Amino acid sequence: MSEYTKPLPRPSETSRPFWEAAKRHQLQLQQCGGCKAYIYYPRDRCPQCLSEKLNWKPVCGKGKVYSYTVVRRAATRSFSDKPYVLAIVELDEGPRMTTNIEAAPESIKIGMPVNVWFDDVTPEKTLVKFKPA
Amino acid sequence: MSLRDKAAAIGIAELKPWKEPPPGVTPLKLMFQLTADVLADAGLEKKDLDGLLVGMPFADPGVIYPASLAEVLGINPRMLNIVDIGGASAAGMIWRAAAAIDAGMCNAVLCIVADLNKMGDQKVPVVSVQREFEAPYGNIGANCGYAMIAHRHMYEYGTTPQQMAKIAVDQRKSAMKNPLATFGDKLITIDDVLNSRMIVDPLHLFEIVSPCSGGSAVIVASPEIAKRAKNAPVWLRGAGEYSNHATITYAPSLTDSPIKTAADAAFKMAGVDRKEINLVCPYDCYTITVLVSLEDAGFCKKGQGGPFVMEHDLSYAGDFPCNTHGGQLSFGQPGLGGGMSHVTEGIRQLMGRGEGRQVKNASLAWVNGNGGIMSEQTSLIFERR
Repeated sequence: MSEYTKPLPRPSETSRPFWEAAKRHQLQLQQCGGCKAYIYYPRDRCPQCLSEKLNWKPVCGKGKVYSYTVVRRAATRSFSDKPYVLAIVELDEGPRMTTNIEAAPESIKIGMPVNVWFDDVTPEKTLVKFKPA
Repeated sequence: MSLRDKAAAIGIAELKPWKEPPPGVTPLKLMFQLTADVLADAGLEKKDLDGLLVGMPFADPGVIYPASLAEVLGINPRMLNIVDIGGASAAGMIWRAAAAIDAGMCNAVLCIVADLNKMGDQKVPVVSVQREFEAPYGNIGANCGYAMIAHRHMYEYGTTPQQMAKIAVDQRKSAMKNPLATFGDKLITIDDVLNSRMIVDPLHLFEIVSPCSGGSAVIVASPEIAKRAKNAPVWLRGAGEYSNHATITYAPSLTDSPIKTAADAAFKMAGVDRKEINLVCPYDCYTITVLVSLEDAGFCKKGQGGPFVMEHDLSYAGDFPCNTHGGQLSFGQPGLGGGMSHVTEGIRQLMGRGEGRQVKNASLAWVNGNGGIMSEQTSLIFERR
């Protein structure tokens, strides 16, 4: 198996629970205990109300493609092996995430429903990606 | 409080961008050249400069950059700072210079940006959030974000690849008359753009800026200095700035940009109507950037940018002159320096120094700086009286 050369997340104290959940193949987001807003990416305080009471909550893993591109010429060599679909997925809970969609590029449509899937890119790291629902 | 007519641009300087920087060239060397050139253009001496605003070159970042630059240039500023708002840094310098002058802090501000940029691997982002949540998925550099804006705009408003391509075509027409343009030797057609290589769907090679090296500078001066200046002073009549995200994924919308708020503020301060504007210089890193900028600045209805660019001739000779230097798409994007090219072109045209691409009877120009992926926005309105 060839070595994984793409950049990997380096979790902070704040974001560690998100990546640990992904490793267990769970999608968890912070939810504000004050205003109940779901938050992505992980923060120390709620960006809506600045509350410190943030709780990690499992979410359903369903969403829709908000927009996407097919990257045919990548900005770095590590992504140049083949074209890939980069997308912004809007989760049912509200927040948007940058992610990849594992599907034929020509099959992707804005607005299409997608489900989370977990890509164990290395023995230690799992990325949160999506597949058509 | 307003910055209207509180300061004027009295000199400009610009280098012809290099696709490959000559050996030994550094941003600092370029800034020396630009400082000498802009002083000569304005008819000022170095001792007259008492303010310094500089953009941190991506190619040579440093600490205590403004004082270091002032020391090597041999100027003693009463106001000095870095302006760090990406591609909007240059436009952002202009109103900050005017504000400092209006506040009595200084009288003549050197606004300067120079940078080296070459083709090759983009750096993995240094902003930790982007490093952690964008880069692992391949969202590196600016291409992907603008491509996703373009796709969403097509989805929401029916914008077509032809409409976006038209922007590159018309700007190239103007670049043919700009001796400093990197890509000014051959006209292109909409088909040429659409037949150029697809880089990030739906954006083609000819819709994306090409990295190069260079820089430009402007001197902004007090009314007292401006009134006895060598060049016709170009007054800052209005300015506005706004940002609502750093990473486009977390913006409230992909298709409604913070330009609306920035431009509304600038037009309100200026007290002019969109219809009175004689030329526009919106930051153009991609064709879609121009289309969204024209909509959000109110030159056409939201979503109608596509039909608008098809109905108007955007070249210097047209009915809606837009980026008459060719824009960064044809002039080149010398790193952080690219954003100054819109400012210098607006000023140059209003000074009546557009030569072969002079816009007739130009007295009001709208210039917009755009940082990151539609993140930081600075709108300026300049006037030649």
